[in-house]
Amino acid sequence: MFYREAGQFKTNYAADMAVFPILQDKIGIALILTLALVVIPLAGNAFFLSVVMIPFLIFALASIGLNLLTGYTGLLSLGTAGFMGVGAFACYKLTTIFPGVNIIVWILTSGLFAAAVGVFFGLPSLRIKGFYLAVATLAAQFFLQWCFIRIPWLYNYNVSGAIEVPTRTLFGIAVTGPNASPEMRYYVVLGVVILLTWVASNLVHGRIGRSWMAVRDMDIAAELMGIKLLPTKLLAFAVSSFYCGVAGALMVFLWYGGAEPEVFSINQSFLILFMVIIGGLGSLTGSFFGAALIYILPIVLRGAPSLVGLDIGAATVEHLTFMIVGALIIFFLIVEPHGLARLWQTGKQKLRVWPFPY
Amino acid sequence: MDILYNIFIDPFVQMGSAPDLFVQTLWEGLVSGVLYALIALGFVLIFKASGVFNFAQGIMVVFAALTLVGLYEAGVPAILALVLTIGVMFVLAVGVERIVLRPLVNQPDIILFMATFGLTYFLIGFGELVFGGNPKVMITDELYLPRGSVEFEMLGGFVSLQKIDITAAVIASIMVASLAVFFQKTRIGRALRAVADSHKAALSVGISLNQIWIIVWFTAGIVALATGIMWGARSEVSFALQIIALKALPVLILGGFTSVPGAIVGGLIIGVGEKLGEFYWGPLVGSGIESWLAYVIALGFLLFRPQGLFGEKIIERI
Repeated sequence: MFYREAGQFKTNYAADMAVFPILQDKIGIALILTLALVVIPLAGNAFFLSVVMIPFLIFALASIGLNLLTGYTGLLSLGTAGFMGVGAFACYKLTTIFPGVNIIVWILTSGLFAAAVGVFFGLPSLRIKGFYLAVATLAAQFFLQWCFIRIPWLYNYNVSGAIEVPTRTLFGIAVTGPNASPEMRYYVVLGVVILLTWVASNLVHGRIGRSWMAVRDMDIAAELMGIKLLPTKLLAFAVSSFYCGVAGALMVFLWYGGAEPEVFSINQSFLILFMVIIGGLGSLTGSFFGAALIYILPIVLRGAPSLVGLDIGAATVEHLTFMIVGALIIFFLIVEPHGLARLWQTGKQKLRVWPFPY
Repeated sequence: MDILYNIFIDPFVQMGSAPDLFVQTLWEGLVSGVLYALIALGFVLIFKASGVFNFAQGIMVVFAALTLVGLYEAGVPAILALVLTIGVMFVLAVGVERIVLRPLVNQPDIILFMATFGLTYFLIGFGELVFGGNPKVMITDELYLPRGSVEFEMLGGFVSLQKIDITAAVIASIMVASLAVFFQKTRIGRALRAVADSHKAALSVGISLNQIWIIVWFTAGIVALATGIMWGARSEVSFALQIIALKALPVLILGGFTSVPGAIVGGLIIGVGEKLGEFYWGPLVGSGIESWLAYVIALGFLLFRPQGLFGEKIIERI
């Protein structure tokens, strides 16, 4: 009823190819942005911001990174957490060596380090494909994690072997470290995520994104059409690792406030792969849906028994959460193998033709 | 020059000067290789017949071993517990086929891969719920598995072999041999190979895919049980074991996803390479390189043979 495109005529090519072609979509995105920028910081308490929203945004960013690689370019990667770790440790080293420089500059710069490492581990992708490539990225994952443990220079020879985030300020307000307020951290994370999502959206809707998708659909055919495989695949690795690196730096600096190498273990990689697949391969919106479902669902499940008044032991709840998440993954794959993004599309389509089903 | 000497010459000098130690390390590598190979075998069986990259094989190993020990602790005699565990693995196979595989027929590989992930999570939660998260001791004696070690005097020193390791090697060989006979000589084995070649062609000559999948998952379940018993007897039965599933991945790509002999040879190469590398080259860079060496070895092989050592040649058409 409200979601109609009737009467909205497109008079040029640019309007036809717009990311949000319908007026209602534009209103929708504006509403979401106001919600995220104004309503949530005002209405939400510190717990909600720092336990739900900040991690959700960071995971969404990492999912976008992996989605660019796996969903758009078709290169399966299991090394996401390793690249996130590179970002986090690079940011830590940079800000301890040059404490005077703005922390946000370093967070974004540390992505470049992750990108360089990603390109290096992406080199085999020209020769090996599919699950074989997944194992190559596993090599990256385990090698990088080993480096984080065994090279003390990376964590400034701390006795604990972990990195602790120093306090850094932006215009006199603490952004990182123990004194930073959740609102401030939320705004920084949100700003970075909005900026990078906008960049990613422009990338995938442009020439680069089209060549990625051509490689995904069939790389030999893409090569015959004149797309150079090596630069395209390596660029995908670079951009994806950049996103993951920034997400890793944000995760340590604005969420955890300190990290051990264990944070960047293989399980984290799998978690982000879940988000990408459940959300929808090759969809930026899907990355947000996937991150929301996979990250927030267990929190809700853990809190649910006490809300309903059931008295179940914490361990049992934990096990049940595992079972339910596992079952839900299978359920969603059966219902819609193309992920939540496709469900969202179907929903919008239904809304357009409502009340008639066709 | 010092570094080059340390990398290329010194380890071999060490091997030459203490041959008994070398043989001992080699043997340990072979044993862990056999266990990797057993897990890889479960992967290969399922991948061949259904094209599913079964990530849940690792948790199936843990689940089978836990069921066995759990049943025994509940008062069931050991041998009966073994039979019942095999029954549980059968139920699991039927359940997986009905609930997971059948609705997902004809989906892309990565979706099926993810589904086995969901299965992994489910089994972790279920296993912990039923059996508790604490490590358990494998019932070695009750299953009449030998313990202790045999010592050989050779090459001017002693080499000690654990009896349980020898048993593992023997059982693995028996298992591979019987699987080979099963695949090559029996009716069902022929049907399995037909399904592996082409689902559609197999369906059109009247082979029931559903039945084949149940059989394959059940076989993989039995392989998982054997792996669980052997691995559990060496250390203990805990959920940490499922990490070894990740170790089976380099074994798989080394051998090729579709080759049973490949899984065995790959397992042995990875096992030996890992142990020798850790023992002789590990100290150069600080220890712990076992965690990633296997992947790098596999990657090295892959760069020269992208389909693995024994994999079918990948032919791409447009």
